[in-house]
Amino acid sequence: MFDGLEMLQVSGASGDQVNYDRIEVSTPVKQKASLLHLENSTPKIKWVDHLRRIQVNQDQQAFAELFSYFAPRVKAFLIKSGANPGLAEECTQEVMATLWHKAHLFDPSRAGVSTWIFTIARNKKIDALRKQRRPEPEDLTWGPEAEPEAADVLALQQETKNLSEAITRLPEQQRDLIKRAYYGDLSHSEIAAETGLPLGTIKSRLRLALVKLRQTMK
Amino acid sequence: MNDMKMINHHLTDQLLMGYSSGNLPEAFNLVVATHLSMCDNCRAALHAFDAVGGSLLDTNETSKMDDMSLAATMKLIAAKPVVKKLAPTSSLPGPLVDYIGDDLEGVKWRPVGMGVRQAILKTSKNATARLLYIPAGSALPVHGHKGTELTLVIKGAFSDETARFSVGDVEVANEDIEHTPVAEIGEDCICLSATDAPLRFNGLVPRIVQPFLNI
Repeated sequence: MFDGLEMLQVSGASGDQVNYDRIEVSTPVKQKASLLHLENSTPKIKWVDHLRRIQVNQDQQAFAELFSYFAPRVKAFLIKSGANPGLAEECTQEVMATLWHKAHLFDPSRAGVSTWIFTIARNKKIDALRKQRRPEPEDLTWGPEAEPEAADVLALQQETKNLSEAITRLPEQQRDLIKRAYYGDLSHSEIAAETGLPLGTIKSRLRLALVKLRQTMK
Repeated sequence: MNDMKMINHHLTDQLLMGYSSGNLPEAFNLVVATHLSMCDNCRAALHAFDAVGGSLLDTNETSKMDDMSLAATMKLIAAKPVVKKLAPTSSLPGPLVDYIGDDLEGVKWRPVGMGVRQAILKTSKNATARLLYIPAGSALPVHGHKGTELTLVIKGAFSDETARFSVGDVEVANEDIEHTPVAEIGEDCICLSATDAPLRFNGLVPRIVQPFLNI
């Protein structure tokens, strides 16, 4: 179920506080973290730590690194969704500012960093491009004494990575269809019922995360 | 809405993908968000579609930011205080409360015939959201669809030719379905519905009713 999970180790997570500094990703040749390496190897866990640094320390360096990776991607997404470059630039800055302000709401046992940023960019697209009200379900956020467990964080981050890899393995035509659906180039009746997306495992992982969250909220 | 009821009728993958990608009309988003507030299965499925969006974002397709972008963003951050959302106090799902207030008492119902009442909710014009009030044992007129109709049960239960729907269940009807929802005996039924094309009624009575339904 968790391909490659054996390569991930949690070392020294102790007490109530999860310390993301101590979540190590060990690969056969251990890489010293440089930004260049991060983009090519396993950025996800690292970006989780960036968000933690922003939330806890208002770390501007961490923010700058996140910004240089994600802002150009958010901008490209908004342009493909129909924004002109000027509006896309402005909206991207607002998306990144929201990321700073809402860093405390990010739950790494329920979403990857790119997933979370995608939802903020998607919301901005509805607000600024489509100019309609945006009904959304209530937030389910953990209380101070219910931090997510490191094992859950690793498992979800690994599932997210598996899903991304599975998407890159889809036939070109299918991948193209999914892209067009997300960029709003298909009406929803054009989206085939069968997307071919392998969502089964990540769905059950996310369901488990919600069950745990509901228990801690009671 | 922390106590999850048994829900048997869920959103389709198309709707979840449409919601996740931000491409549904507002009225549909309202029904989807309200169902998500009541259904953890669909909430988990939505997060999976969000993850698909995340991996599409996390590719090499980029667009260069302006030179002073980061500095401008730091200014935005400094200027904008964090807004805290108030905890919900209503027993109704949060997204619905945003449109009608804390309870059903304040809803301005209009009769549409045969005891059925409705209230159109204000959304963007490309689709229509409405609350429907069907007295216990009464039926909605027979109708078919050109587009898609979502019907989410908020209170009570109804049955039609296809199945039984109770609180939290959502019926997704397309143009193939012609149906007559009947509220169950014993309790009035309240539904939140969204349509993206005018409903098509059959027979004399519905033709009289149609103008009142404002569709």
